[in-house]
Amino acid sequence: MGTYDYQTYDVIKPRELDGQRSDAPVVIVGAGPIGLAAAIDLALQGIKTIVVDDNNVVSVGSRAICWAKRSLEIFDRLGVGQRMLEKGVTWQLGRVHVGDEQVYTFDLLPEAGHQYPAFINLQQYYVEQYLIERCADFPDLIEIRFKNKVVAVRNQPDQVELDLETPFGDYTLNAQWLIACDGAKSFVRDALGLQFKGQVFDEQFLIADIKMEADFPSERWFWFMPTFHPGQSALLHKQPDNIYRIDLQLGADADVALEKQPERVIPRIKKVVGERPFELDWVSVYQFRCAKLDRFVHDRVVFAGDSAHVVSPFGARGGNGGIHDIDNLGWKLARVVRGEADTSLMETYNQERVYGSEENIRNSTWTTQYMSPETSVATLFRDAVLDLAKTRAFARRMVNAGRLSVPCVLEEFALQTPSPAISTVRTGQVCPDAPLSLNGRPQWLLPMLGGAFKLLCVGCEIRVNGLESIVIGDGGYEDATGKAVKDYGQGVYLIRPDQHVAAQWTAPTESDILSALARAGGEQC
Amino acid sequence: MLNLDYNFADQHDQLYNELLLLHDGLDADQSQALNARLILILMNHIGDADVLREAFKAAQL
Repeated sequence: MGTYDYQTYDVIKPRELDGQRSDAPVVIVGAGPIGLAAAIDLALQGIKTIVVDDNNVVSVGSRAICWAKRSLEIFDRLGVGQRMLEKGVTWQLGRVHVGDEQVYTFDLLPEAGHQYPAFINLQQYYVEQYLIERCADFPDLIEIRFKNKVVAVRNQPDQVELDLETPFGDYTLNAQWLIACDGAKSFVRDALGLQFKGQVFDEQFLIADIKMEADFPSERWFWFMPTFHPGQSALLHKQPDNIYRIDLQLGADADVALEKQPERVIPRIKKVVGERPFELDWVSVYQFRCAKLDRFVHDRVVFAGDSAHVVSPFGARGGNGGIHDIDNLGWKLARVVRGEADTSLMETYNQERVYGSEENIRNSTWTTQYMSPETSVATLFRDAVLDLAKTRAFARRMVNAGRLSVPCVLEEFALQTPSPAISTVRTGQVCPDAPLSLNGRPQWLLPMLGGAFKLLCVGCEIRVNGLESIVIGDGGYEDATGKAVKDYGQGVYLIRPDQHVAAQWTAPTESDILSALARAGGEQC
Repeated sequence: MLNLDYNFADQHDQLYNELLLLHDGLDADQSQALNARLILILMNHIGDADVLREAFKAAQL
């Protein structure tokens, strides 16, 4: 099938079957983008992991294709961001149509002063391949065990034990922590008997990836009720390798098995792309739900990605939301494993990411209700918005064909030190990037933040033992375009390892900084 | 003057959802009645006859 050359990865006999033991403190279940990102993030913190997966190929089908700026920044920290950017398709323009009429366009040109664009499209199989290859840079820290299937989980207060089946035989693995990244149908979640609560939507959608040599622009085209697909919605966007993703709403009563047949799919696609020649690369029919676990941490088992929360695909909050989980989790789990913080730091992962996933579910539920209204009054208002959008700018912003994923602001949570904002950058938000330079050499701000706690000093210089200071102005990096000062003003920011602002001051004392650091590092939570 | 520029302070999705929630469980006639009451309440709030007449015009099908 298809354009991508699916490699199978070597399946190696686990050393446990030779009577040896493993000393990795963390086991990750699932070698998808979220599990692999977790392994790399922990490796960057010096923490050993074993990743187990019941399969030995990357994702079959393009699946998650839309990667938002914040995810790209996280992938950059993990060492694959540039590779993804080079291969991916950077969007330029979104076009929204009602019927066959274009109602408005929105611009997704790269935001000035940011290293990464708003979004790229890149098939999940490439992301997984790049992450697997990146894992190979840490041979002493990451061990991926393909075709190792978890069949039992025993979650205990101070450790976790898993039974696994492999082609070589069965064995048991012990670890201090387990991260369940085993997807929407998570075995680990079921094994722990946890409820996955939420709303199922009846609406069914067809996804088709087609290969087409036609030179369509790198745009996202969305239609409400086009004449080629009456009464439903349609979406077209471009991926690398001349692959185009087409999403067609099918309604609640469509027959899944029938709709997947090429003889049904091809005529529908011809209505979208006209007489341009194409071949089918991948077809899937899906229904979705918006659901989440009540808690993402259960004793020694931590849930991240689709095992913890699932959303509708509109707004690209699935894969991106999972990567945000790992960004939040990696440094915290590393501190706990190293004994620098107690397990209460893990509770802050639970709180911050439950909050983030609720935001994602809320947004994606609203989009779904807008796109497939379930009552006549919802249809009435939806159609009124679409009609007004043709002539009224205010209504254009109300058209909801997916609110694109943005990182959440963690201001209200325990790790952040409440303090009046000294600029437009709020405590708890992700640091905005800025172009800097040092001795004439360009340097982005964000890659210098992250990985460890850092002090960002703008227009001043403050040094505290054991904490790296990044100084802009005042003899440090030059603010190449003035964006850093414009965003950050003048002052001092304590930045978490996941690049969120933990505290900010105009003129802090050393003890202000040390107490904010202790708080953000989980020593007082 | 009637403001037809965006004026929701980024709360449009939330408020749109709350508007639809108001209609939960209502039949078609009740929904109509609710919409009428809402329009009258908002008209009274706006008060200004010129603005309202501009809005009537903008809403015409």
